[in-house]
Amino acid sequence: MTATEYTTNEIMTIAAARLLKNGAVCFVGIGLPSTAANLARLTHAPDIVLIYESGPIGAKPVVLPLSIGDGNLAETADTVVSTPEIFRYWLQGGRVDVGFLGAAQVDRFANINTTVIGDYAKPSTRLPGAGGAPEIANCAGEVVLVLKQSARAFVKKLDFVTSVGHLDGGDARARLRLPGKGPVAVVTDLCLMEPDPVTKELMVTQLHPGIAREQVSKATEWEIRFAPELKETAAPTSLELETLRDLERRTKLAHGNLTAG
Amino acid sequence: MSSSRLVCLFHMAEITSLREAVAGLVRDGDVVAMEGFTHLIPFAAGHEVIRQGRNNLTLVRMTPDVIYDQLIGAGCAKQLIFSWGGNPGVGSLHRLRDAVEHDWPLPLEIQEHGHGDLSNAYVAGASRLPFAVLRAYVGSDLPKHNDKIRFIECPFTGEKLAAVPAIRPDVSIIHAQKADRKGNVLLWGILGVQKEAVLAAKRAIVTVEEIVDDLKAWPNACILPSWTISAVCCVPGGAFPSYAHGYYERDNRFYQAWDGIARDREIFQSWIKTHILATSNFAEFRRVHGESLAQAKQ
Repeated sequence: MTATEYTTNEIMTIAAARLLKNGAVCFVGIGLPSTAANLARLTHAPDIVLIYESGPIGAKPVVLPLSIGDGNLAETADTVVSTPEIFRYWLQGGRVDVGFLGAAQVDRFANINTTVIGDYAKPSTRLPGAGGAPEIANCAGEVVLVLKQSARAFVKKLDFVTSVGHLDGGDARARLRLPGKGPVAVVTDLCLMEPDPVTKELMVTQLHPGIAREQVSKATEWEIRFAPELKETAAPTSLELETLRDLERRTKLAHGNLTAG
Repeated sequence: MSSSRLVCLFHMAEITSLREAVAGLVRDGDVVAMEGFTHLIPFAAGHEVIRQGRNNLTLVRMTPDVIYDQLIGAGCAKQLIFSWGGNPGVGSLHRLRDAVEHDWPLPLEIQEHGHGDLSNAYVAGASRLPFAVLRAYVGSDLPKHNDKIRFIECPFTGEKLAAVPAIRPDVSIIHAQKADRKGNVLLWGILGVQKEAVLAAKRAIVTVEEIVDDLKAWPNACILPSWTISAVCCVPGGAFPSYAHGYYERDNRFYQAWDGIARDREIFQSWIKTHILATSNFAEFRRVHGESLAQAKQ
């Protein structure tokens, strides 16, 4: 059964969740990626292993964590290790299949900016910074990005490259001997983009139901390309939507109405 | 080696008040690391550093959240070494941004890393190695703006690897659940880089929820032996508004309220004055904070 009433945020989270395969080892960023990864765990991927950079491995939080180190992550994890260990043995050690990340800005090759808008020394907006993203973008088997689409977020040129996607495209990652494959998908509230197999430039391969090409073009600063066989994202199933809403309801109750991640 | 030197090497932690620990162990101009990865954040100690007017500090912390927003806004810092600066689950750190964007109250030099890098740099510090090595930063702009991130060639394979200098704080400060009467410290839950921060430092202060006769620790528990610590201070609730696993939960409302306090210079200054400078310790801070909450409800 499919649902007909849902928000663009909901379809974004659901479309991102669907990309995670059952049993995958997933290094999860806070915010939208964490919501989508937990939705996957509660629907089609019960054996997914969620790793958070604060140290929990195999976290199964009952409510969404508000911070990357919430106690519920530790309580529900298979094990909790120190932060250096997470980055050394588990991420750099090649045990992570998918890095699931958010971003403030991305470019056509899915490079990521989470550092500054404007000049580095005198920024117009100072963003939080790298966190674990540079190492995740390097070392995870593959990377999935989740963020809302706008021309301010999908820009021609990044003000700052915090974490690398496909650099200047083509076989750039392979030439630089980066261990992971890099971004394989970018999920937004409008569509799903995937890198062209050869040039690695992002291409819209799926539009969410009811979204027109023009909306995507308008919300992208560069001239975005569309795949010749453009698909439509399947509408959320009732199970997906109810599970997501339940999770968000529980989270709201637990955190006193703060936005959870 | 004389016997007095041996005694000196095996120096047990002093169990003392937080006021005395900060007075004796944190000096103007020090490199100070206060660690705790959203869990066990040493807020009480941060407040005491502000209360005692320390300045020109180089502050190191992977996630300079609300605790460093307070120290930076209060004018204690000249430099910040970090890898992610935000108010978790809420948004920006307005005092950090004001210092970086407008030099208020003082210019703040920033040295920016990634988490994998900074956590490795603590490991190198604890290991007394000159630098940490990791697979990162190829293609990133961070090395262009931070000359402490450099690249080396693996002597065996020729692979290009990133290198960052070890962190050796003058003083590291953490909060933990328990200490025993000798000053051995036990912590559990999300451990972050607390152990590494203490072992990397020249001096270390640990605040704890309680001091007990017997830690009743299991083998492999995270224990910092008394002789790795300079001072242990009993400050129940000392990680508030962050959480202490097994003791109390994170006060999410505080983090949310902080956004409104830190957004405005005058409101921030008045908050610091009323809650920190005009109180004599953390217990009094908690009382004044409770009164402010009750007043806001009326």
